[in-house]
Amino acid sequence: MSKRDGILVALAGQQNAGKSTLFNVLTGARQHVANYPGVTVDKKYGQYRDAVGSVYTVDLPGTYSLTSFSLEERVAREFLLGDRPDVTVNVVDASNLRRSLHLTLQILEMELPSVLALNMMDVAEGRGIQLDEQRLSERLRLPVVATVGRKGQGREALREAVRAEASRQAETPTPPPVLVDYGALEPVIAQVQHRLAPFKAIADLPQRWLALELLEGDSQAVSILVERLGEPAARPLREAVGSLIAEFEQRQGMEISDYVVGCRDRAVERLLEGVVSGADRGRTTLTDRVDRVVLNRWLAPGFLLLTVFAIYQVSIVWGYELTNVTWPYLAKARELIAGLLPSAHFLVDPYVRSLGLWLVDSANTLLNYVPIFIILFACIAIVEDSGYMARIAFILDKVLHRFGLHGQSTLPLILGGVFAGGCAVPGVMATKGIPDNRARMATIFTVPFMNCLAKVPLYTLLLGIFFVEHKSLMMFYISTMTIVFALLVAKLLTKTVLSGHETSPFVMELPHYHLPTFNGVARRAIERTWQYIKKVGTVVLAVAVVVFVLLHLPGLPEARKAHFQQEAEAAIERFEQTLADNPYRELATGDHLVPLINYYTDYKRAKLNAKGAAGSEKVAERFQARNADFYPLVKRGGDRDTKQAARALKMLARDRQKLRRQMREERITHSILGTIGRGMEPVTQFAGFDWKINVALLASFAARESSVATLGVLFQQGDDENQTLEERMGQETREGGATALLAVSMILFFALYPPCLATTMMVKVQTGSYKWMAFSIIFPTILGLAVASAVYSIGTAVGATGIEAMSAVYWGAFLLLLIVGLFSDRKASRLLRQRFSEG
Amino acid sequence: MPKMPERGGARTLNDIRPGGRVRIQRHHSSGAVRQRLLDLGLMPNVVVTVVRSAPLNDPIELKLDASSITLRRREAITIEVTSEETHEETKQ
Repeated sequence: MSKRDGILVALAGQQNAGKSTLFNVLTGARQHVANYPGVTVDKKYGQYRDAVGSVYTVDLPGTYSLTSFSLEERVAREFLLGDRPDVTVNVVDASNLRRSLHLTLQILEMELPSVLALNMMDVAEGRGIQLDEQRLSERLRLPVVATVGRKGQGREALREAVRAEASRQAETPTPPPVLVDYGALEPVIAQVQHRLAPFKAIADLPQRWLALELLEGDSQAVSILVERLGEPAARPLREAVGSLIAEFEQRQGMEISDYVVGCRDRAVERLLEGVVSGADRGRTTLTDRVDRVVLNRWLAPGFLLLTVFAIYQVSIVWGYELTNVTWPYLAKARELIAGLLPSAHFLVDPYVRSLGLWLVDSANTLLNYVPIFIILFACIAIVEDSGYMARIAFILDKVLHRFGLHGQSTLPLILGGVFAGGCAVPGVMATKGIPDNRARMATIFTVPFMNCLAKVPLYTLLLGIFFVEHKSLMMFYISTMTIVFALLVAKLLTKTVLSGHETSPFVMELPHYHLPTFNGVARRAIERTWQYIKKVGTVVLAVAVVVFVLLHLPGLPEARKAHFQQEAEAAIERFEQTLADNPYRELATGDHLVPLINYYTDYKRAKLNAKGAAGSEKVAERFQARNADFYPLVKRGGDRDTKQAARALKMLARDRQKLRRQMREERITHSILGTIGRGMEPVTQFAGFDWKINVALLASFAARESSVATLGVLFQQGDDENQTLEERMGQETREGGATALLAVSMILFFALYPPCLATTMMVKVQTGSYKWMAFSIIFPTILGLAVASAVYSIGTAVGATGIEAMSAVYWGAFLLLLIVGLFSDRKASRLLRQRFSEG
Repeated sequence: MPKMPERGGARTLNDIRPGGRVRIQRHHSSGAVRQRLLDLGLMPNVVVTVVRSAPLNDPIELKLDASSITLRRREAITIEVTSEETHEETKQ
């Protein structure tokens, strides 16, 4: 980011210090999110203006310290070192100063001009803690500002302090004071500094800090040295530092990093002497009292289930009802766009029209979920902000960890749709928060196994056809099977392809409970929904175009085209003959024919979408206004001639639709996608899939929603039968010998099917590699096909019914889960006992 | 693999029941784990209280000053502690 005419400010602070809230307060609505180069850590930045000029503000990731052990710390440190912000705002939790000041000391050692924001002052006061800000400021020789980010207090004071510090530094740069006395280490630090001094290539770095980091054996500091000086010059330096470290550790009997932490802790203690008073450490806080109930051994699982159920009920169930309200608007938008596109011809539509409507439909299926996502993200934000999310991780870590996941995998799995209804895209997005890299990867690959909202229509369809009697049992299987599969797959991946990945400990803080603020929740819900629309939207639209092309090319052979053209002309001729003596003849034939028939279909669709008598009335008015001459032909009633003409029109429209459907079906059969689907039959036959199902599954890769729509196109019949897709598909598949077993095979494949393209894009973003993105597609395909084939082939061989096969698979997987779970537990506890007996 | 406490009765945080107050003696972990524990304030000589274990017995929750910290038992076993029932909560 360029500084341009303004100043650059970085916000640094520990987790749970309210840094991001303060960032929002400081910058207001103008913020952006980007990635730090090469890593998946979010870089949030914003801008505000004060009396003097612009202030560019960067919200660094929350870190407890500035070592190079974790990605967030490395990112924060690199930014502070590389971009050298004009002022660093160090946000500290006023109620936990003792721990917070460790980071402050490290920031000062990096010689960064700073302002200390004493945040969460209200919490500190609530706990009876009094702070002498003046004295603290004098001791740290830093401007200190008291703030309450959640209430927006202290904004102006902080802005002024930032500007004042920036101006002061611009006039007379003063290095920050040396606050920590490292005692016996001081001469060693001086020695290292002395050795570093001749090198100009590192002269811009804070020398004391660099010396200290090298002595602590910090890997990043060492690589900076090698990078800037070159290996030949760096080697003697490293060797000299190495022997100094060994000598010092020998003499002191402890590691330098422990020694350093100890010195800093004593320094913090001295700094706080007489600054903090009234902190009653033994007092039980409200958080303690709440946790006594909420984290109670026996009650905790109940509260957890209740929370998850509440989220599900509010966002998925009620959200779904809300989409009934919002859907008509989307439908109206479609009508509007359809009106703008070139109008339909009798038989073949212009490509612009069909592609345009195809895109609108794709976008609408996506936008239809927006109300659900806003509510879902708001619920999640409430759970996060209140502090309960960390407690969910605490409760579930044991189970999840046993299968290679992490307590913090819970949120991604909930978003993905543990029970029913979610979306893998925000799920994969949310894995960002998992500190353990291996568990994070395992979570990324298992989130897509959850029941995303778009899988539900296919399940509903199949259950409606094949499992009318066992619907609820099947629904239970489907909705709980996902987590069983996910855990097993997570374990499998952790033990195999992911075994080499870095893991980190589950050591985290349980934040105090806070009442979430409306602004905070709304802001995050909208932010995440917008991210979803932006990221998913572009991918879905791009893929929609590709699928459109694959479904339309190479098109029908000329002979077939001529055949359909003939049929169409015959239908038109019949129409004209019927109207030979009819007064409407002039109006309904020739150039008027196509507009009239489009008018008719538009009218029918509008009537179908209209709600109640008032809605119908409106439609009538609209169409009367659109074309008063045509109107008598589409509405019921009228004289004998009108009735005759209307009947003929209805027949013609029906013929037209039938021809169009036949054409579409033939076109898909001949299309590239159809060819691919047929080409896959030799492999998919073991799972019982014919080419039509293959095409539907391929199309669903673009977006799951389209699987049912594609099936709808493929399993269509004559128009007159007016059957639902359930009936049509049921009839046709049963005629083709399809059984409930095939449905089970399809359900299993769909449950294990690769994530939709939008999700795989997110996998790319979160893993930072195309290799893993490819893995996230290939692995589930093979797994899904293997499971579906095994079930279908074995099931056919032994003559199992659908429900029998499903029960066998479910309980088999469940048993496997128990065995794996118990086995790894035995191993873990043996390890623990072993360590204990040694201890 | 972290170094284990020496034989001879040294206790680890893993052995402490909920409600127990202990003083941290030293860490037997290294690298990122050790750094994390220190960053969160679990420094030698600090007194912590074991508050509870999770419903499935693992992880455990500790109280340290105003903050609550959770860690798995496999990390807890690397922290050597001594009982602190009789002392006042002060730092040396």
